[in-house]
Amino acid sequence: MSDSIPTTGLSFSIHKGVTRWGETAIKFWLGSCTALSLFTTAAIVVLLLVESFDFFMAVSPIDFFFGTRWVPLLKPSSYGVLPLLWGTAQIAIGAALIAIPLGLASAIYLSEYASAQVRSWIKPILELLAGIPTVVYGYFALTFVTPMLRHVIPDIQVFNALSAAIVVGIMILPTIATLSDNALRAVPDSLRQAAYAIGATSYEVTTSIVVPAGLSGVMASFLLAISRAIGETMAVTLAAGQTPNLSLSMLGSIETMTAYIVQISIGDTPSGSIAYQTLFAVAALLFFITLMINVISQWILGRFREVYD
Amino acid sequence: MAFLTENAQKHLANRHRKSRLFALLCAIVTWSSVFLLGVLLVRITLDGIGWLNWNFLTSFPSRFPAQAGIKSALAGTLWLIVMIAFISIPVGVSAALYLEEFSKRGRLATLIEVNIANLSGVPSIVYGILGLAIFVRFFGLERSLISGALTMSLLIVPVIIIASREAIKTVPMSIRYAALSLGATRWQTTWSHVLPSAFPGIMTGVILALSRAIGETAPLILIGAASYVAFLPKGPMDSFTALPIQIYGWASRPQAEFSELAAAGILVLLAVLLLMNATAIFIRNKTEKRLK
Repeated sequence: MSDSIPTTGLSFSIHKGVTRWGETAIKFWLGSCTALSLFTTAAIVVLLLVESFDFFMAVSPIDFFFGTRWVPLLKPSSYGVLPLLWGTAQIAIGAALIAIPLGLASAIYLSEYASAQVRSWIKPILELLAGIPTVVYGYFALTFVTPMLRHVIPDIQVFNALSAAIVVGIMILPTIATLSDNALRAVPDSLRQAAYAIGATSYEVTTSIVVPAGLSGVMASFLLAISRAIGETMAVTLAAGQTPNLSLSMLGSIETMTAYIVQISIGDTPSGSIAYQTLFAVAALLFFITLMINVISQWILGRFREVYD
Repeated sequence: MAFLTENAQKHLANRHRKSRLFALLCAIVTWSSVFLLGVLLVRITLDGIGWLNWNFLTSFPSRFPAQAGIKSALAGTLWLIVMIAFISIPVGVSAALYLEEFSKRGRLATLIEVNIANLSGVPSIVYGILGLAIFVRFFGLERSLISGALTMSLLIVPVIIIASREAIKTVPMSIRYAALSLGATRWQTTWSHVLPSAFPGIMTGVILALSRAIGETAPLILIGAASYVAFLPKGPMDSFTALPIQIYGWASRPQAEFSELAAAGILVLLAVLLLMNATAIFIRNKTEKRLK
């Protein structure tokens, strides 16, 4: 009964010897709810593995991972996933290039410069930005960002990777700003004061003391944001198009892994066909990539955390 | 008086200039995010406000933009909110209570913790595939509201667990000691003391998680919510559509009228989200006062 409550060393129960069935039943229910999370993970892993196994019985893994053409629905079909992977990478890299500098700058402003009052305004606004549904960002990309880009780059297509990358960048910016701000604020003031005392400017304090000291949290926020960009679906589906493409240009239509999954599930692909099984193979790859990034991010947090007294 | 040489003075001035410039830059970047949010909201309002009227709220979707409305989508979303709340809140809060109040520290607890953190990072579309395979196909629930609600619940339960645990952690140990020392059982302590104290925090987390579910589109597309539904769902087994699905359906059409309809739909969706968040704040303020 008193397992996790730190007591004075005496550990006894006045109910010893009495089994309280109600209490036991409740504990069982609570435990089952907790176990559900393990089942969810197991279900995802087993489902994706089993279904992709069927897929890889029909298509060689070498063709899948190294093929450069993704034509699953037309004959002659080809199942090289690289164009989808590249589409996802374009969006993630583009979004990261926007969100990392801007997000870090916002975090620095919030933790180092802004007054408590300004913070209390900006933080909720950033949370609001983070809470806007992704389909809204897709709409924004399609009807606002792309027309704006057309003024600068006249030959940009209606569906293009650039506008999708920009809105995904905006979408993940609050994640970076909020989490990095938390990391920077955890750096003890004594470090800052020591640096100021020997005459450093606020720029020097920030870049050579505060950010390096909070680096593990900052890096983890970058990775988490990138993993969100990779898993992002609706903004990319709406704005980036559905043309698997290995080109370097971001001005044309591409297709990401997530957009492909949506495309297949909207269309009437018969279940059991190879085209249908691609759904699971692509999803497995997506799941694996985001899981890796999340695990690395947690590892960085644990491994490189500077602990101050 | 020359405390520093001329060169040193110049150098010092440069360092300070650099520092001021940096501070200014950071401020500008941050405020532009605020500006951006403004642009986004103004833009969508301007696009959609002209279509937003009673007719829009009470009509079914149509292929004629002038007659199209979001009645079925709004109904679907309201159904979803209620069903997801009934499924995900008991499960999520129970798991959080177990982890904070009952479980032993150890390898299993760590495993569960890491697992929940990872689940909250799984892309929503993967949950969609899981829902499609398990609820729609395996349990034969078809493309129904209940499939959608169950899938969304899987998605937000980890979020609810994490938020509820944070809230439960803030309950001071002394409250537990007081109850336990009077002979209350662990569950009596949890139910009558820990849970009420943590309630405002839990409620805030739950409503934020629910608003996330309401805005999610991809899992619903996967389990097959259609964007053209010209009837109201009568029960959990009926097929349905929801606001984000309807918005996606309109936004992906090339005609300008449908794009504006999408904007009007977004305004309704944002209004629902705003209402939920306002409720969260209201509940938090109300219960916090009572407890003090």
